[in-house]
Amino acid sequence: MIPPQFEYYAPSSVDEAVALLRRFDGEAKVLAGGHSLIPLMKLRLAEPKALVDINRIPNLAYLREEDGYLWIGATTRTGDLLDSALLRKSYPILTDAAQEIADPLVRNLGTVGGNVCHGDPGNDLPACMLALGAVLSVAGPAGPREIAAAEFYRDTFVTALEPTEILTEVRIPKARSHQGNAYQKIEKRVGDFAIAGAAANLVVDAAGRVETAGIALTGVGPTVVHATAAAAALVGEVPSETHLANAARLAETATDPSGDLRGPVAYKRAMAGVLARRALERALARAKGGS
Amino acid sequence: MATSARPVAPAAAVTTAGAPISRIQVTVNGQPVVAEVEPRTLLVHFLREVLGLTGTHIGCDTSHCGACTVHLDGKPVKSCTVLAVQASGRQVRTVEGLEVDGKLSPVQEAFIEAHGLQCGFCTPGMMMTATALLARNPNPTDAETRDAIRGNLCRCTGYVNIVKAIRLAGQKMQSASSAPGGKP
Repeated sequence: MIPPQFEYYAPSSVDEAVALLRRFDGEAKVLAGGHSLIPLMKLRLAEPKALVDINRIPNLAYLREEDGYLWIGATTRTGDLLDSALLRKSYPILTDAAQEIADPLVRNLGTVGGNVCHGDPGNDLPACMLALGAVLSVAGPAGPREIAAAEFYRDTFVTALEPTEILTEVRIPKARSHQGNAYQKIEKRVGDFAIAGAAANLVVDAAGRVETAGIALTGVGPTVVHATAAAAALVGEVPSETHLANAARLAETATDPSGDLRGPVAYKRAMAGVLARRALERALARAKGGS
Repeated sequence: MATSARPVAPAAAVTTAGAPISRIQVTVNGQPVVAEVEPRTLLVHFLREVLGLTGTHIGCDTSHCGACTVHLDGKPVKSCTVLAVQASGRQVRTVEGLEVDGKLSPVQEAFIEAHGLQCGFCTPGMMMTATALLARNPNPTDAETRDAIRGNLCRCTGYVNIVKAIRLAGQKMQSASSAPGGKP
């Protein structure tokens, strides 16, 4: 299969890239890793007039902790997340998730920015961004703006990103002591999208009482599911088995999956609850200093 | 320097009349190549149809199977999901680039000796992934090897001999480096 014809541009700055997107007025697409876009083009599900390749823009691939945040540049490869000792130590949810994204070959090209802003409910990083309370930085014709991950995901392949905008980086509040997080996923076969996935992030105080909680779910709704009620139910508690079971049940209730080859509705919903529980248990253990 | 099994001439373009054209310069198996391609040309088609390097296979064409795996700047990628224009200015290594001066690489030798293939269709991709793995991690555990080949599907063997071949290749490379200039 060969994609339909398009014009190709490889700008050397974000401003130049935005100008190109503006010139094509919604008919151009950003090419980052290409591992979602090129398959969609082969299938004629996407037929952009032009591709704006952002891979040749310098300083768009980085991962660093600075000024109270973890900053990840848009063209950072998902495989680079897996290689980061900083993430393994302080943001293990991202190591967990990176390990589950497709396969190592795909991760050598697929980008963090693409995974975050593509809008496929099967992408693994959006749930992590929601659980961690990330903020997404975007460049567009009107200049840069920031969008909270919680406001970003609207519907299947529909996000707050305008067709003339580019996601440039994500920033995640710097990990605190007594913080733990985890991502859990089940897939039908190696490298597949999730049947269901769950991201959990917990910050506890010295007594083990939850100060902040974030829970989000992959693959069980038209877009990533932000399980805010489940998270709220844990805040202020020293989580017991009962609290965790209750939060998992609330997470399950927040889902709205559709039945398909990856499973029927009831199964996906039940698995979302099971995985939310596992992610919370793992996050809690990590918050207490375990792995 | 690795040399390709066949000479790489300045490539003839495979283009549609009136289509946009991009001029690319790619180093393939150590040799610089300049060509004019349509931007939609996939790297795998450029390698096979323009350069005649048909060792890279097209399997699923949907970035699942890994038969089309090549190295892009040293990292294994699925060339069915990379545009040839994306490779411009970069280094590509294909299975034809594994042998050096007519001598098979340790990975190629090991796949023969350990029967790391049956029909052979996935083998070029497997060997490219194995080569990249061993460059990064000369002594991988079987679990690490199995993880590394998650993106390469074999529908014949069940992977046992492939893992065995990669283990053997690692051993060959280590004993070669510990005994410079000669066979152990």
